[in-house]
Amino acid sequence: MTNALELRQVSKIYGSGPSEVHALSEVDLSVELGELVAIMGPSGSGKSSLLTIAGSLEEASSGQVLVDGIDLATVSRSDRAKMRRRSIGYVFQDFNLLPGLTAIENVALPLELDGTSAKRAREIAAKALDELGLAHRADRFPDELSGGERQRVAIARAIVGERELLLADEPTGALDSVNGEAIMRLLRGATQRGVAGVVVTHEAHLASWADRVVFLRDGRIVDQTVAPPGPESLLAAGDRR
Amino acid sequence: MSVPHALLALLSEGPKYGLRLQNEFEARTGEVWPLNVGQVYTTLQRLERDGLVETDDVEGERSRKRYRITATGKRELADWLRTPPELVPPPRDELVIKVLVALQVPGTDIHDVLQVHRRHVVGIMQRYTQVKAAAGEDDVALALVADAELFRLEAIVHWLDAADVRLKQLPPPTPAQEGDVALEPTRTMEVSP
Repeated sequence: MTNALELRQVSKIYGSGPSEVHALSEVDLSVELGELVAIMGPSGSGKSSLLTIAGSLEEASSGQVLVDGIDLATVSRSDRAKMRRRSIGYVFQDFNLLPGLTAIENVALPLELDGTSAKRAREIAAKALDELGLAHRADRFPDELSGGERQRVAIARAIVGERELLLADEPTGALDSVNGEAIMRLLRGATQRGVAGVVVTHEAHLASWADRVVFLRDGRIVDQTVAPPGPESLLAAGDRR
Repeated sequence: MSVPHALLALLSEGPKYGLRLQNEFEARTGEVWPLNVGQVYTTLQRLERDGLVETDDVEGERSRKRYRITATGKRELADWLRTPPELVPPPRDELVIKVLVALQVPGTDIHDVLQVHRRHVVGIMQRYTQVKAAAGEDDVALALVADAELFRLEAIVHWLDAADVRLKQLPPPTPAQEGDVALEPTRTMEVSP
């Protein structure tokens, strides 16, 4: 399997001298295409720093970050920006949709910014919205959509095009547990179709949708679950109650 | 899980044979709680003895008997649905005991102990979620059963997280004096109803 994301000995230090804060310390993490990884940890454990560094929204203090096999430190600023548009999709807790654009325009925007014709971008966006069950809401503005629908639009925008890495920071934070689960199903569906996904969450029932759960503490990866053995194992005679 | 009341609930829809009751019980609990046919008939006999169900054919084979709920059975079912389960006092929780004991064992990294249990619980949650994911969104019975387990397990994760934070805030332990006995007398937690 190809690693869509690889962090090698990544550290992140904010400030200097006595006010120095070690947000991440020598983190190693690989995420394969088709894999969904959840990051859990207490407040201040470095979850969000890990995600922003993985998405090249900020730089590591030391170590290497490889997206799709390319070391981000070796590419120019403009190429990094291009990678962010083409290869990496982001989903945020507060959706970050542009209020003046309809759902389909929000999804099509990154494609158009990247040079795709408006007509073609709209076709691709329509397909992405359809896959997420939102075809009938395509011409609605964000404030006409429910929280769950807005987040589905944000996911459509994050996976549209040829993106291979999907990064989500508390994507279900503003939603109730059933709508939150629907979002996790969609993220899992996207990764099962071949995208690599990393989702930060503090809720274990949402993290449990991931293939692997990684635990951060004080900026270090302290533990992780192995891939679960499959649903039938739970219903095996010994486990049944 | 109260099997007698679950069977009464199934019979409240209309008269049924024992085998059908077994199949419906399993289907409606997302097949997470299996029930063997012997349990079904033993329970039905007890319900019949107590006047909560009655049969069409008193003399027939047990598998040929069709059971129906009585008026007393309906009252019993309605009462049971509205009676809160026993939640107080809390059950003796082995995990809580392990963590309390770990605090007393010299050289034990309590955060490491908490993490081992956290990983184990999240691993079980992943398996329940796989069951839910494999079943599809329209299997409401299974989703409800899986959710009950998932949220129960999540409460354990929350407790482990809170324990982590509380224990981090403690001052570093002072070296134990020779002959010290660290264990304190057991205190009982009283919770007013």
